[in-house]
Amino acid sequence: MTAQRLRIVLTAALLLMALPALAQQTAQPHAGEKTTSEVPTGLYQIPGQTEVTSPDEVPLFVPAQDKIIGRVSIPDGKLATLVQPEGRVWRDFRQVWLKWGAGIIILGAAAALTLFYLLKGTLRIEHGRSGRWVPRFTTLDRFAHWTTAVSFLTLALTGLLVTFGRPILVPLFGHEVLTPLAQAGKILHNFTSVPFVLGLVLMAVLWIRDNIPERADWIWIKTGGGILRKVSEHPEAGRFNAGQKLVFWGVLSGGGALAISGFLMMVPFAFTGVTGMQWIHVIHAVVAAFMIAMILGHIYIGTLGMEGAFDAMGRGEVDENWAIEHHRGWYNEMFRRQREPPAGSGHPAGAE
Amino acid sequence: MARMTFLCDSERCIECNACVTSCKNEHEVPWGMNRRRVVTINDGLPGERSISMACMHCTDAPCASVCPVDCFYRTEDGVVLHSKELCIGCGYCFYACPFGAPQYPQATNFGGRGKMDKCTFCSGGPVTDSTPAEYQTYGTNRLAEGKLPLCAEMCSTRSLMAGDQEMLAAIYRERVVRRGYGSGAWGWATAYGAANPGRAFQPGRGV
Repeated sequence: MTAQRLRIVLTAALLLMALPALAQQTAQPHAGEKTTSEVPTGLYQIPGQTEVTSPDEVPLFVPAQDKIIGRVSIPDGKLATLVQPEGRVWRDFRQVWLKWGAGIIILGAAAALTLFYLLKGTLRIEHGRSGRWVPRFTTLDRFAHWTTAVSFLTLALTGLLVTFGRPILVPLFGHEVLTPLAQAGKILHNFTSVPFVLGLVLMAVLWIRDNIPERADWIWIKTGGGILRKVSEHPEAGRFNAGQKLVFWGVLSGGGALAISGFLMMVPFAFTGVTGMQWIHVIHAVVAAFMIAMILGHIYIGTLGMEGAFDAMGRGEVDENWAIEHHRGWYNEMFRRQREPPAGSGHPAGAE
Repeated sequence: MARMTFLCDSERCIECNACVTSCKNEHEVPWGMNRRRVVTINDGLPGERSISMACMHCTDAPCASVCPVDCFYRTEDGVVLHSKELCIGCGYCFYACPFGAPQYPQATNFGGRGKMDKCTFCSGGPVTDSTPAEYQTYGTNRLAEGKLPLCAEMCSTRSLMAGDQEMLAAIYRERVVRRGYGSGAWGWATAYGAANPGRAFQPGRGV
């Protein structure tokens, strides 16, 4: 057995040593002539070139180095690929890199937010609630946001189920629980993509005007939105501050990438071969991991992290003091448009 | 216990496709799916060779590793089988499989591809042996009847062989010594070269 192993190793080593020579030959083939070196390694040998005199010398395990594509007589082109070693790399990605990578990114974001909460707590409205409400998001704004939000959460959870369901749920509940969940999850994942993309498009149309980056955003980023420096230096922001703009563009580009790669996976092999499908899966998974981490931060600051922030998307109105503290530029602009004095007016309805 | 394997001697395959046809007929594999196929390399050129390829029943099976619902298992004979009860038709096994073995009844149905189907080494699935239910879902169970896979039994040149790894290796070695040359047991390094058998089949892990 050990002798056999040794032989395998030696054969493999010899083949590896022969590879550069093979590559050189294939790189410069004789004009109009196919050389035998173009035959994939291990597929056949030339009679008389190999001296095999005893059964022990016969190579059995000859490693396949490259993808080998031939011709098949059945009407399924992708089966012409005899062997695709890339499958091993994709397996490593899915089983090792993705699980650790996505796990670290998502749990890391959650840990960072927890730490931030323990250190800073909920960011309060500095001057307390005024009791006066300022309209911030229309019904259509909120419809776009919540359509995207609910479908994203569904997509994220079902996506995580397909990625982490087996190592977590099988030991806990068994196959009988995981399969129906994964089956339903897969269908949900596919169909929820439609409202997700609709919400994405709607948000883009509604908010792209207010999300164009401007000079003031740089100050916001440098001060960390007033978190890194004193609150008295709270930077002035328009309708959306630089953080919100980052989330907007992140959601738009990340969501767009997820949508395109996702729809391509729904029509497997329609536009690309097996290597392409593997890449599409990798892109989808990596973007999804980062987007889940980003949305965790977004959810945190919109609920637990900041007093008064949830009202914006919850009831569509925000407290006047919150508006002044966080979006003074937007607040002033809104009243300039209304031609009304900023103080004392209880219901500035009609403003965007 | 035997360790069931396939060995295709590329020096002998004449691309007659009898293995493909007999497999399709034996198991009544639906239209558009092929548990076995013959691939010709360098077609029409010097050094043309054909290889009959199906699921190789890998030791460290990539399909079993990447399966999100852990539907694959290994029989005592080392045959890699899967449960169509558990399969959700995600298509991941095809991306991982080095040999392109997994097949799906639908090209696409808004992402749903139906239960995966592949070569069972003519040994059915996780239901009672030789029942109509097993036949309809997984095909015939020749191994339970003491027979080897039909594709190999049908092979007119004895290029495709199925059976215990040690026995196939002995036959192949003898052949190569007699004719003086041979290309290696095709695909064996990929399928059976793994040092850690069974790792892919751990329910909660599958690395």
